[in-house]
Amino acid sequence: HYYCRQSESIGSTLLGYIGIDTIIEQMRKKTMKAGFDFNIMIVGHSGLGKSTLVNTLFKSQVSRWSSGWGGEHKIPKTVEIKAVSHVIEEGGVKMKLTVIDTPGFGDQINNENCWDPISKYINEQYEKFLKEEVNIARKKRIPDTRVHCCLYFISPTGHSLRQLDIEFMKHLSRVVNIIPVIAKSDTMTPDEKNEFKHRVRKELETHGIEYYPQNEFDDDMEDKNENDKIREAMPFAVVGSDKEFQVNGKRVLGRKTAWGVVEVENPNHCEFALLRDFLIRSHLQDLKEVTHNIHYETYRARRLNDNGGLHPISANNTQESNL
Amino acid sequence: MDLQEKLLEGYVGFANLPNQVYRKSVKRGFEFTLMVVGESGLGKSTLINSLFLTDLYSPEYPGPSHRIKKTVQVEQSKVLVKEGGVQLLLTIVDTPGFGDAVDNSNCWQPVIDHIDSKFEDYLNSESRVNRRQMPDNRVHCCLYFIAPSGHGLKPLDIEFMKRLHEKVNIIPLIAKADTMTPEECQQFKKQIMREITEHKIQIYEFPETNDEEENKMVKKIKDRLPLAVVGSNTIIVVNEKRVRGRQYPWGVAEVENGEHCDFTILRNMLIRTHMQDLKDVTNNVHYENYRSRKLAAVTYNGVDNNKNKGPMTKSPLAQMEEERREHVTKMEKMEMEMEQVFEMKVKEKIQKLKDSELELQRRHEQMKKNLEAQHKELEEKRRQLEDEKHNWEAQQRVLEQQKLDASSSRRVKKIFTK
Repeated sequence: HYYCRQSESIGSTLLGYIGIDTIIEQMRKKTMKAGFDFNIMIVGHSGLGKSTLVNTLFKSQVSRWSSGWGGEHKIPKTVEIKAVSHVIEEGGVKMKLTVIDTPGFGDQINNENCWDPISKYINEQYEKFLKEEVNIARKKRIPDTRVHCCLYFISPTGHSLRQLDIEFMKHLSRVVNIIPVIAKSDTMTPDEKNEFKHRVRKELETHGIEYYPQNEFDDDMEDKNENDKIREAMPFAVVGSDKEFQVNGKRVLGRKTAWGVVEVENPNHCEFALLRDFLIRSHLQDLKEVTHNIHYETYRARRLNDNGGLHPISANNTQESNL
Repeated sequence: MDLQEKLLEGYVGFANLPNQVYRKSVKRGFEFTLMVVGESGLGKSTLINSLFLTDLYSPEYPGPSHRIKKTVQVEQSKVLVKEGGVQLLLTIVDTPGFGDAVDNSNCWQPVIDHIDSKFEDYLNSESRVNRRQMPDNRVHCCLYFIAPSGHGLKPLDIEFMKRLHEKVNIIPLIAKADTMTPEECQQFKKQIMREITEHKIQIYEFPETNDEEENKMVKKIKDRLPLAVVGSNTIIVVNEKRVRGRQYPWGVAEVENGEHCDFTILRNMLIRTHMQDLKDVTNNVHYENYRSRKLAAVTYNGVDNNKNKGPMTKSPLAQMEEERREHVTKMEKMEMEMEQVFEMKVKEKIQKLKDSELELQRRHEQMKKNLEAQHKELEEKRRQLEDEKHNWEAQQRVLEQQKLDASSSRRVKKIFTK
């Protein structure tokens, strides 16, 4: 008879080099070949510099509007959802970036429930993914159109959050990763900025709005420390620009006013660099993971409980349920 | 009447008249009511403080924007400013909560109501018997703050200005202008003016004068509409000069520097040159519009208002009479409508009954026909039966006859063979 002894995993010293650590290199090669998908949604009423900021973040014209003052932007009568995809490449890594814009949000006289189309869109993407996943003959790599990150633009009034901001974030912070940013922050002096940030954070806390990175999803102490520091600095006060100017002999991205040049990447001027590092250089993968493991799973569980089981769609339409 | 100009032969002295007017007005003091409208956080309170170099809204009496409002309120603050022996009673009307809610439909209504009520107060006090104390609380100027989005006017801006341009002098301002670069500002201004003409909004127009110098200045102002302003009362030292401005890490935005923003133009225009004209236009145009509309409604049935019997005391009764008449006509109309609807329904019902009657009749006929057909069939069958019976009887008789014949022939045979 077969006798198996369950031994504990004890760290054993290797007698020679095996090569297990090359798995990281193998993973890297595979993911580089496969490429990444990243879907970012930008929400905020018109005139807050959303498109400019996204172009600045990804250093290319990836949003709906081309650079500069491209003429009249007509405010649509209802909230529209416009998704534009580009493939950008850096260091051999290909990324399919989809920027989802929401023109018409918060621009009407009556903005009741203007977040409904957005909420519907996000849930539709989860539904699409769920249907693919549940399919019998499903694709090897399910196309991921789920919204990984929602950048919410706060108007720099200097006072507090507006009613619409609170309503939107309350409704959507449980469905998608929300990263609030303070738009056009070159409106405020450093003191005003700090006061405003402080007040906004307090308001978010009072209303129980959990923005990304959420407290409850910190894996370990290391993560928690890192994320705590980030949470303290949020919401980031940003400035966007795609024009370059000469400052002290260097060419910098910025905005030229009559009294000086606002440098976008200067940490003394604004927190754009912090946002970019956070969003792209350290937490890009985490955003996708939280979307997949937590938001999507919540949606999936709710759907399956509601329907009492999903019937998968297959080519010959057999009613075999693998749930 | 043709007036001839006559040359004077000596110094008469009535050239002193403006001085007399001046002295009297200075003794009386001036009044000015300024209304500020715009979403919270656009720097309205700061701008007011900067314009009048006072702390109307101070830490002890924080501006309305620091108090969270659920609905649009209209608040008045009065301040007495003195300068060079001239007194100015300044009233600032603020509208906290405007445009801040999620649903901003009709957020302009409290503003309209306020302006109308001030006009009404003035109208009433004008019509009184004792008119010595006639305070002028009418809103002389409305500063409308546009958010510096850089794109264009918002639907709320357009709606508000369309409803108020015939009640008050509207001066649109671009708030927090230090958000924009000079190019963005230019484009934004052009876009706004384009939209204002497109929607036929009548903003305050600077009057043409006989003076060349003044006309040049007026033209300069007109080119820079809407004025892009920055407000501040903090003093900062720039190049060893003390200026009012906002200190950024990349420089200082000076409030009174014409190249940074249009604040000085606004201040000069509002206070130094056009304050009186704003009051005049309010009195001669907006107030008169209101007055004629109000009184026209009262003289609906031809009551002569020039009798000066206090037309306002008549209006409540006339008003009630009118309302009653309106109510009666409305009732009659409703009655007629209901009758019409009733008739229509009755016709429909009758038609339906007729239809169903026809249907029944048809069916009855159908059934009768069926019955007759069946009847006929039965007759047929009976005849057939009769025929068969006859045939059968005939056959039987034939058989019997044959039998008789057979037996009789046998008897005959017996007789013969005996």
